[in-house]
Amino acid sequence: MTTTTTPAAKVQQPLKGQAAVKAVRKAFSSSLASAAAVFIGIIWTIPTFGLFVNSFRSREAAATTGWWEAFIHPSFSLSGYNEVLTGGGGLAIPLVNSLAITIPATIIPIFVASMAGYALAWMRFKGSDFIFFGIFALQVVPLQMALVPLQQYYVHGLQIFGVTVLPSPGINGTIAQIWLTHTMFSMPLAIFLIHNFIAQLPSSLMEAARVDGASHLRIFRSIVLPLSMPAIASFGIFQFLWVWNDLLVAKTFGGTSPEMQPVTARMQSLVGSYGAHLDLLAPAGFLTIVIPLIVFLSLQRYFVRGLLAGSVKG
Amino acid sequence: MTTAYVALASSTLGQAASTLFGVVEAVGGFIAILLVVFFVAGRVTGRLQRPVAIVVCLGPALFLVLLGLIIPAITTINNSLKNQQFLGQLKTKYIGFKNYTYAFTDPYTQQTIIRTVLWLLIVPALAVFVGLLVALLVDRMRYASIPKTMVFLPTAISFVGASVIWSYVYNYKAPSLPQTGLLSQVVMKLGWSNPPNWLITVPLNTFLEMVIMIWIQAGFAMVILGAALKGIPDEIIESARLDGASGIKLFRTVQIPMIRTTLVVVITTVMITTLKVFDIVFTINNGNFSTDVLARQMYADMFVTNQVSRGSALAVILFLAVTPLIYYNVRTLRREREIR
Repeated sequence: MTTTTTPAAKVQQPLKGQAAVKAVRKAFSSSLASAAAVFIGIIWTIPTFGLFVNSFRSREAAATTGWWEAFIHPSFSLSGYNEVLTGGGGLAIPLVNSLAITIPATIIPIFVASMAGYALAWMRFKGSDFIFFGIFALQVVPLQMALVPLQQYYVHGLQIFGVTVLPSPGINGTIAQIWLTHTMFSMPLAIFLIHNFIAQLPSSLMEAARVDGASHLRIFRSIVLPLSMPAIASFGIFQFLWVWNDLLVAKTFGGTSPEMQPVTARMQSLVGSYGAHLDLLAPAGFLTIVIPLIVFLSLQRYFVRGLLAGSVKG
Repeated sequence: MTTAYVALASSTLGQAASTLFGVVEAVGGFIAILLVVFFVAGRVTGRLQRPVAIVVCLGPALFLVLLGLIIPAITTINNSLKNQQFLGQLKTKYIGFKNYTYAFTDPYTQQTIIRTVLWLLIVPALAVFVGLLVALLVDRMRYASIPKTMVFLPTAISFVGASVIWSYVYNYKAPSLPQTGLLSQVVMKLGWSNPPNWLITVPLNTFLEMVIMIWIQAGFAMVILGAALKGIPDEIIESARLDGASGIKLFRTVQIPMIRTTLVVVITTVMITTLKVFDIVFTINNGNFSTDVLARQMYADMFVTNQVSRGSALAVILFLAVTPLIYYNVRTLRREREIR
């Protein structure tokens, strides 16, 4: 602030009194602006904070009084977490399921997309530009358009005019179909993001490696992949949060049994079946958001980079 | 009791272990296949080396895209022209655009579409307003990262999680009882002795659900617009200040025009997300009490009532609505990149 306003202050030096008034007003308005920003920040945090407080209250307390009462009559307990993790409302298995869906759906696209990105950027051939723009343009296809056909594919295999072209992958009724769906749908964004990064790697590096006799696959493995880490991190975090937070795919392919559901689908059915029983929802809700929050807070910088490109996804 | 507890815990543990083993199997298997293919393809030399490398690198991605996006999209467009009333129906025939005329003439679906348009008009406008406001307020603040993180945090929270969080705000209790919902508590303290049951009061409930979406999207708008504001060269701001522009005038005549493209991209991006809003409406009221939107009704058509063709038509409508927005975004972003 000080560095940018000094020239202005210099120009107005003759009007000393007025400049002083102005400076005071400016200081006041900037602290007023800060106060307003903090105020909005607090408003934005209160709902989450309420959930956090309620998750540590006993069921009776959470059901009968508001969370703010916890500060007037403090009584905290971990019974809610105990109930949610071990009891009938079980969130333990869905938490594991969420991990089991999110990890393959993040790692596999990274490999597939960076391979494709390398091929499209450094192994130019007739039609490679067309393929790149084709994949990129597929971002417009909403997830919603693929649900029914994919479900049929998982059950019956791919049929064209009644002829089975590709047999069913045999993963119907397992969580594999959830992460496979996410993997397929991540492709346009992943290839776009990672390709753009790989294409900007210095060509001298590639040429030197080729002169030394390295094959394309060798270059990919030992030069391109390690150097692309920033782009991979951006995409990886975006994809992790996207898959962890998804409900539509989970609901469509996860069925209704807690054995297959990730946390989002489990939460959604908890809201439905418990209805007004907000007592158990708080610990369950906090458990579902805590992992993405940790990932987000620790890797925020990379996340922001992938955000704008990624927000058209889905 | 204890034995039952132990049995439950061990079965849970066993199940968790087997699920996690599945992950190792999937990822490990995938990487193993990759290594084998790389090893074999690496043996190839001479003229075939390049084509083999291209196929190895590009093949998996093209296969996934074809199987997961292209064929399903065509199938859905095809389905939307048929009269499929349930999954696995054997005799279906083409009925032209009847599913589309149905979507625009059926009173319930009309309501859904109007409501979706309302979401589209209100959510992006308010989310961008709040985001821009915070971005401007913290622009020259010393500890800007604190309020910024507070506003940005909901971006990481799932729509389901957000719906749960906000159910503690909107929760209703009879006015004579101690309140558990924050909103009721606040308005009662302010003197409204008999607040309504928020989430089943039409049309208020739709707007309250929009608030959740705005709460999530404002942080995104703030981050992108904040970066754009930071990108305005200091000299421009300085010379504008010397010309006597400050506060709102500076904002209106200099800062806003300078970030206009980013502003429009952010609005269209929030619009795209809003068009597909499903989780919030689904979790809070399941589309009941006049809150249904396009993506929720499509899901119900496809998987609850199994009106596959009607659901497919709604999916295609969604696709057609999203396409120009994405096209616009891509064109703008590309042009901006070319200028730089």
